[in-house]
Amino acid sequence: MSAIYILWLRELKRYMRSRVQIIASLGQPVLYLLALGFGLGPVFQRAGNGSYVQFIAPGVIGMSILFMCVFSGISILWDRQFGFLKETLVAPVSRMQIMLGRTLGSATVATFQGVLVFLVCLIAGFRPHSWTAFPQAFIFMALVAITFAALGTAFGSVIKDMQGFPIVMNFMVMPMFFLSGALYPLTHLPNALTVITHLDPLTYGIDGLRGSLIGVWHFGFALDVAVMCAIAAAFLSLGAYMFSKIQL
Amino acid sequence: MIRADNLVKTFGDFTAVSGISFDVKQGEIFAFLGPNGAGKTTTIKMLTTLLKPTSGTIELDGLNPMLKQNEARRRFGIVFQDPSLDNEQTAYENMELHAVLYSVPRKVRAERIENLLKIFELWDRKDDYVKQFSGGMKRRLEIARGFLHTPKILFLDEPTLGLDPQSRNQLWTIVKRLNEAEKTTVFLTTHYMDEADRVAHRIAIIDHGKLIAQGTSAELKASTNSDSLEEAFLALTGESIRDESASSADGMRQMAKMWRR
Repeated sequence: MSAIYILWLRELKRYMRSRVQIIASLGQPVLYLLALGFGLGPVFQRAGNGSYVQFIAPGVIGMSILFMCVFSGISILWDRQFGFLKETLVAPVSRMQIMLGRTLGSATVATFQGVLVFLVCLIAGFRPHSWTAFPQAFIFMALVAITFAALGTAFGSVIKDMQGFPIVMNFMVMPMFFLSGALYPLTHLPNALTVITHLDPLTYGIDGLRGSLIGVWHFGFALDVAVMCAIAAAFLSLGAYMFSKIQL
Repeated sequence: MIRADNLVKTFGDFTAVSGISFDVKQGEIFAFLGPNGAGKTTTIKMLTTLLKPTSGTIELDGLNPMLKQNEARRRFGIVFQDPSLDNEQTAYENMELHAVLYSVPRKVRAERIENLLKIFELWDRKDDYVKQFSGGMKRRLEIARGFLHTPKILFLDEPTLGLDPQSRNQLWTIVKRLNEAEKTTVFLTTHYMDEADRVAHRIAIIDHGKLIAQGTSAELKASTNSDSLEEAFLALTGESIRDESASSADGMRQMAKMWRR
């Protein structure tokens, strides 16, 4: 247990100490929120869907959590390069504990990042439909964070060098974001897109966030939570398996 | 304390280690020498549970490290050939993290960390990030960390690589002192023959995956009619240059350098 704790703490320290990085990582969500939110806002409004900033804010929160998780997962690569990974892998601690410590650490950091982006959204003019919505939204932030932190660990365990990183970003992470309904409603989509969006794990997290924050659900609370829990369990197992296969 | 019997490791059709046997007694400083690519690091990796031997047996303090991995790991400390510190944490935090991973009891933890950091002359810098340390300081910190959980065996894989003579000298003095004070068995590899000559009780020379000589420095010199260990080493292993293939870690390091530019 203490091994999980100390590795969890390490992730938190790393995050808290890199203030520049925290500010920098807010740049992308702010850009999406302002450029898309206000840029596409008038079109969205004329289509009869209400405020686009309201619609996109939960999507942007989900996106920032997803990216944060993947970046933390990739940090396994840096630990491999700077050698610290070896120090943990020869310790008399099971790989499972190491993987859990790291993954829960990045999930915590990513959830925190999600809350920060939520605050930024509030400043930009986003208003949740009720203030009691936040605890429920927080549950979804945590679920999304755990799910994708585990996936990040799986990526970080498989990739051996930095060349693999763009492949993960362009073929896994970006599609997952763009096909999640973060940027557009899931209704009236072409059939193929409907199928793909329903297969994207992030879709359910974003729907949960949006439902909690602005009261517009596509699937409903129960289904979103159930699917996210199932995927979190699956990705945690995948991450643990991949991590246990790391060879030095 | 460390016993290897007919140890073999093959990677595909390449044999890195082919049937080596040796026995290191408790409290002994044992130097494992050989040219690049001779199989030193592969052997250390097998002894420290990082690689599974293709065949042969290993015993660490009477334990088979493959069967009782965690118990074996608690019994040894290791300083790797390349750095293995967390650059983004302070020296003290690195020590603390190690203590927790090796379940050093909370009561003795602080005292032992303070003690070791003082011995290795790092106590004044305990709250500085490791990334600000020089190569010698990082090495000292790693070795201090290796001693932290009072291991019975300490593996040192080329610990003095890239250090100035002062740091090397200081490092071996401390290792010798701790070897005497704590009765830690030390298993080391190095390319500096003078170091092995100075600190090791016994020396084994490996080449092309085979042990070609074993004994005290004096015995090795006598058997080859040489005046120094370096001459004896060259007489035994020949003078041809060995090439080692670059590992993916080397590639990464190169990438990181480009990144920083």
